[in-house]
Amino acid sequence: MIAWYFKRAIEDILANRFLNAVTIATISLAILIVSFGVLLVVNTGDVLDAWKRGARIMAYLKPDAAAGAVPSLKRAIESIDGVATARFIPRDQALAHLKAQMRRQASLFEHLAENPLPDAFEIRLLPTDESWERIERIAAGIGAVADVDDVEYGQQWVATFRGIVDLLRLASVVTAGLFLLATVAIVANTIRLVIYSRQQEVDVMRLVGASEGFIKTPFYIEGLIQGFAGAAIGLGMLFAVFSLLAAEAEQSAVAGLFEIRFLSVDMIAAIVAASMIVGWLGCHVSLKQSLRS
Amino acid sequence: MTDRDADPPIIRLVHVHHAYGRLTALADLTFDIAKNEWVFISGPSGAGKTTLLKLLYFGTRASAGEVIVDGIPLTHMRCNRVPQLRRTCGVIFQDYKLIPGRTVFENVALVLEAAGCERRLISKKVRAVLHMVGMEGHADTLPLRLSGGEQQRAAVARAIVGDPKIILADEPTGSLDEESARAVLALLQAAHIRGATVIIATHDKGMIRSIGGRVLYLNQGRLYAAGHIEKRYDRMVL
Repeated sequence: MIAWYFKRAIEDILANRFLNAVTIATISLAILIVSFGVLLVVNTGDVLDAWKRGARIMAYLKPDAAAGAVPSLKRAIESIDGVATARFIPRDQALAHLKAQMRRQASLFEHLAENPLPDAFEIRLLPTDESWERIERIAAGIGAVADVDDVEYGQQWVATFRGIVDLLRLASVVTAGLFLLATVAIVANTIRLVIYSRQQEVDVMRLVGASEGFIKTPFYIEGLIQGFAGAAIGLGMLFAVFSLLAAEAEQSAVAGLFEIRFLSVDMIAAIVAASMIVGWLGCHVSLKQSLRS
Repeated sequence: MTDRDADPPIIRLVHVHHAYGRLTALADLTFDIAKNEWVFISGPSGAGKTTLLKLLYFGTRASAGEVIVDGIPLTHMRCNRVPQLRRTCGVIFQDYKLIPGRTVFENVALVLEAAGCERRLISKKVRAVLHMVGMEGHADTLPLRLSGGEQQRAAVARAIVGDPKIILADEPTGSLDEESARAVLALLQAAHIRGATVIIATHDKGMIRSIGGRVLYLNQGRLYAAGHIEKRYDRMVL
């Protein structure tokens, strides 16, 4: 029986080629936009995760910290949950490193009377999928250690970047919602037109004893096929765009900083399922409104 | 056990009334139709013949009174039971009601598909019934390419393919030439011989005379007279 329903649905699609092509194109555009948002969120999230995995915290010591206190300070910092290692960087070494880095601006250091840099610890965290809040807690713990003057872990840029990622996520969710709603309406319109064109047939089917399920199932399958085809085309276009961008990124300055990746199989399955649900919903709305009992 | 209990009527109407808005279409109809009976519903145009048939296949719900078809009380029937009722009735419409975009085979097969029959059985039964009505050569033809008589034979094939207990025919020969009309009536008689109850709405006195059977004569929605053709109908109407 299911084969019969599919046959009917495909016959309807072929009989209303233009209408269905427009609907599938609309769904695929909506899916392209929505999945592009998902791709962006996933990759920006990856950047944040990459930073968290290799997170480095600098703890600057007070100028009056005793040199003999360094081993105990190191032990105190390394005893904090989540800290992997703490490496002491004496202020002279830090200045030498800075000078080496700023060789071209050596004149800046010529009139330096004394070393302005403090002693510091470079702290590496355990490579886990730590949350940002956890990193903040670790930083606060380090800041509470005696003789630690200041803690720096890129709070400002990470906070800004997190804000952008959160905004992107919200925008993606809202956009996805709006696009999918619009797509439901478009699918509903297509199915409505198909129903109008088949009203006489539906009436006859009812007269010969066809159940509502028998009459409606092909329409639902049509909606599911539209959703599936729209998702397949939309994701195909996204992959083409992604391939171009990925090739560009490999040549750019950001190459090696993080890896750009396409959507996972689970995400693709979820997007295809969402698109099919949209097709089904559009059909449901249309059948509710249009199919006279 | 009474005779009625032993052999209940396949159709029973009790004080049935039906109106379209303020216009009364049927008024106080009460009658039984026995299993395997051949019944004509006759009367002038606008007498309520088509409305009466509609009540029997639940094309419309009676405004008042009780309509029982094959043991199913229709007056308070829930909509989800309508398909079941309609599978017990084969209906032949005056305007054929064939689906224009489907071939004759597909139109006839629809009844069995809707009943959930297997594809192989559908193919076998449809080909057999198309052979019976002399339409096997038109199985793959679209209805609009057929003559009126051929379309009506296709409609008869659709009405009888599911072996319905009841066949309802609304002016089945109204737009046919004499030969096609005879062929259609022969098909209905064959179904009757196989056990179907046949109810024909017509004002064709010639057809009624040639076949005979019980006649329910409606006038202005009321059952004006009922009886067997040999007993009263000739005297009353002709």
